[in-house]
Amino acid sequence: MTTTTTAVLVPLLPFLGAAFGLLLGRRAPGFVRPLAVLPTLAAAVLAVVVAARQGGGAALDAATELTPTGSVPIELALHIDGFAALVAVLVGVVATCVQLYSTGYLRDDPRYASYAALVSLFTSAMLLVVYSGDLMVLLVGWEIMGICSYFLVGHYWETEAARSASLKAFLVTKLGDVPFLFGLFALAADAGTFRITGVLNAVTSGDLHHPTLIALLLLAGVAGKSAQFPLHTWLPDAMAGPTPVSALIHAATMVAAGVYFIARLLPVFAASAAALVVLAVMAAVTMVGSALAALAQDDIKRVLAYSTVGQLGYMTGALAVGDRSAAVFHLLSHGAFKALLFLGAGVIIHAAGTNSLAAMSRMRGLSKRIPDAFWTVTVALLALAAIPPFAGFFSKEAVLGAAEHAAVGEAHLALGGAHGHLGSVPSAAGWTVLIAGLLTALLTAAYATRLWLLAFFGRGPEEAPDHGKQPFAMNAVLWVLFIPTAAFGIAAPVLPDWFDGNELTPTLVTSVLGTGLALAGALIMYGAWRHTTAVAARAPLGAVAVDPDAAPAVSEEEAIATHAAAYGDNAGAPDPADPGRLLLGPLHAPATCGFHLDAVYAALFVRPVRAAARLVRFLDREVVDTYVHGAGTGARWLGSAVRRAQTGNVQTYLGALLAGSLVLAVAAVLVATGTGA
Amino acid sequence: MTLAAASHGFLTPSGVEIAFLLVGLVTLGAAVVTVTTKQLVHAALWLVVALGGIAVEYLLLTAEFIAWVQVLIYVGSVVVLLLFGLMLTKAPIGRSPDADSGNRWAALLVAVASAAVLVWVVVDAFRASWIDLDGAAQGSTEVSGRSLFQHWVLPFEALSVLLLAALVGAIVLSRRNGEGPQETGRAAAPVSREGQR
Amino acid sequence: MHLAYPAVLAVLLFCVGLYGVLARRNAILVLMSVELMLNAVNLNLVAFDVWLRDTLHAGQALTLFTIAVAAAEIGIGLAIVLLVYRNRGSSDVDKLTDLAERSAEDEQAHPQSQQQAEAAA
Repeated sequence: MTTTTTAVLVPLLPFLGAAFGLLLGRRAPGFVRPLAVLPTLAAAVLAVVVAARQGGGAALDAATELTPTGSVPIELALHIDGFAALVAVLVGVVATCVQLYSTGYLRDDPRYASYAALVSLFTSAMLLVVYSGDLMVLLVGWEIMGICSYFLVGHYWETEAARSASLKAFLVTKLGDVPFLFGLFALAADAGTFRITGVLNAVTSGDLHHPTLIALLLLAGVAGKSAQFPLHTWLPDAMAGPTPVSALIHAATMVAAGVYFIARLLPVFAASAAALVVLAVMAAVTMVGSALAALAQDDIKRVLAYSTVGQLGYMTGALAVGDRSAAVFHLLSHGAFKALLFLGAGVIIHAAGTNSLAAMSRMRGLSKRIPDAFWTVTVALLALAAIPPFAGFFSKEAVLGAAEHAAVGEAHLALGGAHGHLGSVPSAAGWTVLIAGLLTALLTAAYATRLWLLAFFGRGPEEAPDHGKQPFAMNAVLWVLFIPTAAFGIAAPVLPDWFDGNELTPTLVTSVLGTGLALAGALIMYGAWRHTTAVAARAPLGAVAVDPDAAPAVSEEEAIATHAAAYGDNAGAPDPADPGRLLLGPLHAPATCGFHLDAVYAALFVRPVRAAARLVRFLDREVVDTYVHGAGTGARWLGSAVRRAQTGNVQTYLGALLAGSLVLAVAAVLVATGTGA
Repeated sequence: MTLAAASHGFLTPSGVEIAFLLVGLVTLGAAVVTVTTKQLVHAALWLVVALGGIAVEYLLLTAEFIAWVQVLIYVGSVVVLLLFGLMLTKAPIGRSPDADSGNRWAALLVAVASAAVLVWVVVDAFRASWIDLDGAAQGSTEVSGRSLFQHWVLPFEALSVLLLAALVGAIVLSRRNGEGPQETGRAAAPVSREGQR
Repeated sequence: MHLAYPAVLAVLLFCVGLYGVLARRNAILVLMSVELMLNAVNLNLVAFDVWLRDTLHAGQALTLFTIAVAAAEIGIGLAIVLLVYRNRGSSDVDKLTDLAERSAEDEQAHPQSQQQAEAAA
């Protein structure tokens, strides 16, 4: 089998799995689980094979044109370089883990068949995005992910939160996709092709006439998909979906697509200094804002969601300083540890019977109930906080190092030999990313510590509820993901061969600064926690949905459905013992609700749209309908007038018929004589 | 034909033409009375006069066989049938004031208009055409029979089938239902429903 | 003989029959008018046959056929009229208005005709 064939099979297998899963799900329930797991597993194995064969060498390009499509051809093209090969491996591995985990997590779910098929379709779409060498084909995968996220986030559609969250995810990402589409068209109009290689060649030869406009339009779509400020608001709400879906969306698919897309087309963005600065500011705001918001969240999954937003900010920050190697490195390591964190959070929610950190902090001995989750999540949190020697440390230091290079003006865009040097990165972008990144390192360590302490070291009168042993599939997956989380850092010296050749090993200054800030953040949070545990004992709180026999998904669904009822809203909880509340002070309230960005959206978009809808309804009911009713009434009047002629008397009919034919005959005779004479 | 046209003229009618004209006037008058009289039985009798007049016209046109067939079938059988029909439907004897329906004036208008148009067209077309009635009779029994059984045999036989079908149809339609068995034919089915209502 | 004489006579007879068909109320009188129209056509056929001196005598043969068809028509027509009379108690053409949409007055009139039909049956 050639490498090309193998690469084609990688997205195709999960797609076929999804198709058969949807077709056979009802009729043959026994096939659902193999159909969910095996194609994804095979795709992961094949992705590894493709990566091994590609081996970081020259990019593999293959294309076939199905049908002529006018002036700008659309081709089924593959473009596999080191980035694509490694990201595909990440997608395949995480998707396989999620599918395995789901067999345990949603074991009694009546809609498991369609769920698994949609996860497969989601995976297939992401793999298509990763491997595609044609922007239009990439867009197909991009949009399929959008619709899949809508269905999967809304999996618990019985709950109001899930319904509105799925709609929000769909609409907000679509809000970005519209400019994205225009950006693609503008790009193809300038470059004359949708092929990525063709676009990059056009950039190199200076054929791109509107780089800033194109870059900003594309950036809108990326911001929507990758949950960057200001289109990130869908991601925290998307926590209303099942936990494995969150892991998939956050670690491997959807949000990674945006970052990966910029990494692919970085020369286009680098051709415009303005776009890079915008990207840097966007990344900085996203990082700091999301880290502050994460400190105030009560739902464990929302903490992780905001942390995803922040880590994606790191990646876009790395892209803003022109270092896509660092960005994709962080994407890979983040994919591993964030998938682990989410899947671990699923175990925690099941074991605790609640998704509220406030309630968990009043439970004794949760860590002893779920030792596997405790140890793996601990390591993943250390990786998140960038504590050496775990994976997150190396990738984050690569980002910070790149930002430092850019800030002091040493950065040059090394985008592979063919593209050469395309200009310099503005040092303002470098400084923005560096400062924001260092600040976020402090905050990240703080909220990671908060999560760890509140979830596992609760102190209270109650024991953690006993839900029995966690399903084997779920725990096994945690340990599988534990390996890259703990050890991916050793790949740092090897990875430049796969990427552009930029040095990815940590530099001394940023390492010391970053690690020091992270330790400081963790210590401050620990101190605050010690200070507030006394308060926690005095303020009992908690709504625990204990259901030992139910599948994990059921207890999660109940937890999501009852959170707003128990604590007032989906995001925060009125817990005086929260160390985050102590540290944030007056910032706590706005941070809880994401700095009121939703309210801004409501005022900017929702209300005008509603008013327009009311206007349209008024016009439809009062104006258009008048004509419709008038048409109906007129026809009825005309009918009753004509009905008078229908007497039923045959002689009348016959008389009218003859009179008419007489007139016709006279006319015919007149015409004949007229022409004849 | 042009020679014939030269030897004849409107203002010098031959004897045949005068006879044709007079008989035609009688026929037309009888026809008008047939469609206007208020006594239904009289209408049938005036119809006899009109049909007989047409038979005479056939004779004048040298179509003897058709004339006798006209007398036999129309005057002999059709009118008798019509009289039977009038009696079977209990038509009133004597004047019946509502013999004409309400749209009489519209009918008159249509009839007069079409008469005017047709007369105009016909006169305009055949103003200079003459029928040569000299020579052997064109409608003698021998001539008619020869052409009928030499050239028109197949339509003639088909017509006999049609007459048979009409005979059966008339019997089926006019027999009383409910007594006989159902095999009187399919045409009886809706009628029987009608009768039971 | 001038061709216009039989042609005009046929036209006038036809129009008289037309008037009868349109104006007469009794169905049997309508049938009589139809006979008048058929005869007008026959007269035309014979006259033109004689005028053209047709060797096949198509006009005369067609006249014979028309007479036969008219005989069949009158038989069937009378049978239908009898049937209508038997079912409805009347052979007036302008009472056969079942094709019309039934209005309020007809609703009142209808039971009457039904009673008549029952009486006739």
